[in-house]
Amino acid sequence: MSRNSVVFWIGAALFLAAVVLMTQVIGNQYPFFAGYVILQFIVLAVAWSILGGYAGYVNFGTSAFFGVGVYTAVFLVKAIGAPLAVQIAAAATVGALLGFAVGLLTLRMQGIFFSIATIAVTIVIETSVTNWRFVGGAAGIQIQRPPVMPPFDNYVQMLFFVQALLVVLAVATARYIQISWIGRGLQALKDDELAAECTGVPTLRLKVLACVISGALMCAAGAPAAMYLQYADPSSAFNLNYSVTVLAMSLIGGTAHWMGPVVGAILLGVTQQLLAVTISSEVNVLVLGIMLVLFVVAAPEGLLGLIGRLVRYRAGGKA
Amino acid sequence: MDLLLNAVVLGVLLGCFYAAVSLGLSVSFGLLDVPHVAHPAFLILASYGVFFLNDSYDIDPLLGGLLITPLLFLLGLAAYRLYYETFEKRGSDAGVRGIAFLFGIAFIIEVLIILQFGVDQRSVSASYIGKAWRIGEMRIPVRLLVAFAVASALTILLALYLSRTFMGRAIRAVAQDQEALRLMGANPVRIKQWAFGIATAVLGIAGALLIIVAPVDPTLDRAYIGRTFCVVVMAGLGSMTGTLIAAIILGVAESIVLSTVGASWAPAISFAMLLGVLAIRPQGLLGRRS
Repeated sequence: MSRNSVVFWIGAALFLAAVVLMTQVIGNQYPFFAGYVILQFIVLAVAWSILGGYAGYVNFGTSAFFGVGVYTAVFLVKAIGAPLAVQIAAAATVGALLGFAVGLLTLRMQGIFFSIATIAVTIVIETSVTNWRFVGGAAGIQIQRPPVMPPFDNYVQMLFFVQALLVVLAVATARYIQISWIGRGLQALKDDELAAECTGVPTLRLKVLACVISGALMCAAGAPAAMYLQYADPSSAFNLNYSVTVLAMSLIGGTAHWMGPVVGAILLGVTQQLLAVTISSEVNVLVLGIMLVLFVVAAPEGLLGLIGRLVRYRAGGKA
Repeated sequence: MDLLLNAVVLGVLLGCFYAAVSLGLSVSFGLLDVPHVAHPAFLILASYGVFFLNDSYDIDPLLGGLLITPLLFLLGLAAYRLYYETFEKRGSDAGVRGIAFLFGIAFIIEVLIILQFGVDQRSVSASYIGKAWRIGEMRIPVRLLVAFAVASALTILLALYLSRTFMGRAIRAVAQDQEALRLMGANPVRIKQWAFGIATAVLGIAGALLIIVAPVDPTLDRAYIGRTFCVVVMAGLGSMTGTLIAAIILGVAESIVLSTVGASWAPAISFAMLLGVLAIRPQGLLGRRS
């Protein structure tokens, strides 16, 4: 294990320890309610950037994967009363399969056509779920939370911890991909797909692999949302807002490094949470739109790219 | 059988209406390669403009659409200038960040409409709305007939403009080979900006038709992302005749599903067809690219 990895895993352990400590010390429920949403978006943004950032394939189907995660959990709860861990594991499996299918279907298309195809996949799945009576159809479905497990004394706290675990899993996966041959292959096909293919990079296989991993993580992130809200309905579970928010977070942070989406998700997520408390939810979407436009225009490489350029500029100035 | 015939007739009328709302995208995405996901948002904006004129000054929706056309043209010029300066001028990666940028614009428009007009559905009033024509067993709403007539006229006019006028031919030339045009001494950016202005100006009438055919709400643009892109991709990028044919196919398909399977499946039709077209025949029915 390299020194970098040691630092990373110590950081991850400290993060989880802090989360557990929070659940034991803080009595007020609001931080967990808000924090859960931010953690969920970190997972989604990190998962998105595995395909969108490293490989440069802009996936607008985040809401499809998120919604499928939600509805996998809903189905399992309704059918067999499955516990949370089973819901998440099943959602990850379904997500991987869906990622495989979507990848095979759409990854031969390039650029904008891939993006449009992923929007199409989202709506087709949403419509199918809307017409699926067993999970509530268009009207949605209420879900009862089971009793909470110790050491947590509140279900939302437990979900907060679970989502924190998913954050560590997602970031570790993204980080592994970035430093391994998979990441280098994806980087190569992002720069020039034809050249990569010619030099022996198995481009389609790599893209499908990235789509599978990304899809599994997104679905896993969506699964606990059913228990979090105690309610699910197709038009909010598959809302296009998820896709665009996650895209914005990754672009705001920067997509070249796994840290980018984390930073972006925290920045945009916290802003939205703060605003949602004080102002209406339309303003949330407005903030999303404005930040997206601003960052895409002013900081094309995201915050990380901006900082990197600043650092290089300083160093250059001294030398 | 009567039911099916009725569905097909309504579908053709609906299809011509879809052609009208997709024409602008056929120019901006089909000919200029701008991934204009904010096109439906501009369309809804135009509808609300028509609604405002109708509601406050009692102006006929079609006249209202004509009145806001020059404004939309200017908006289109400005929008393309902004898009060009930020993306196309800097080169490569325009597609990815361009689509993100346009989504941002679409969301901003959506929220501004909500803040101004609220989230409720809005509709316009005119003498021809609410009446129906009876032909035997069939019942055809006059509002659809109006939309059909105006949409057909609009499509033909735009097709003629692009094939007969000097500027129209220049627009098609810039889509084919920008470099060659530059070598001829023409400025491709000016031509593209003009084309984008036209593409946005067409939305004045299209927006009027949209609110004549059915009430609009601020988030309706999301459904029309599927319909418009489906039509334009199926048509083959940049073909006006193709746009009309593809739109009629979509209209008929939606109408048949609506009357046989049920309304709840309708939103998926355009997107499923779009997926099918992308997977099987990405160059469209009458594509300009092989």
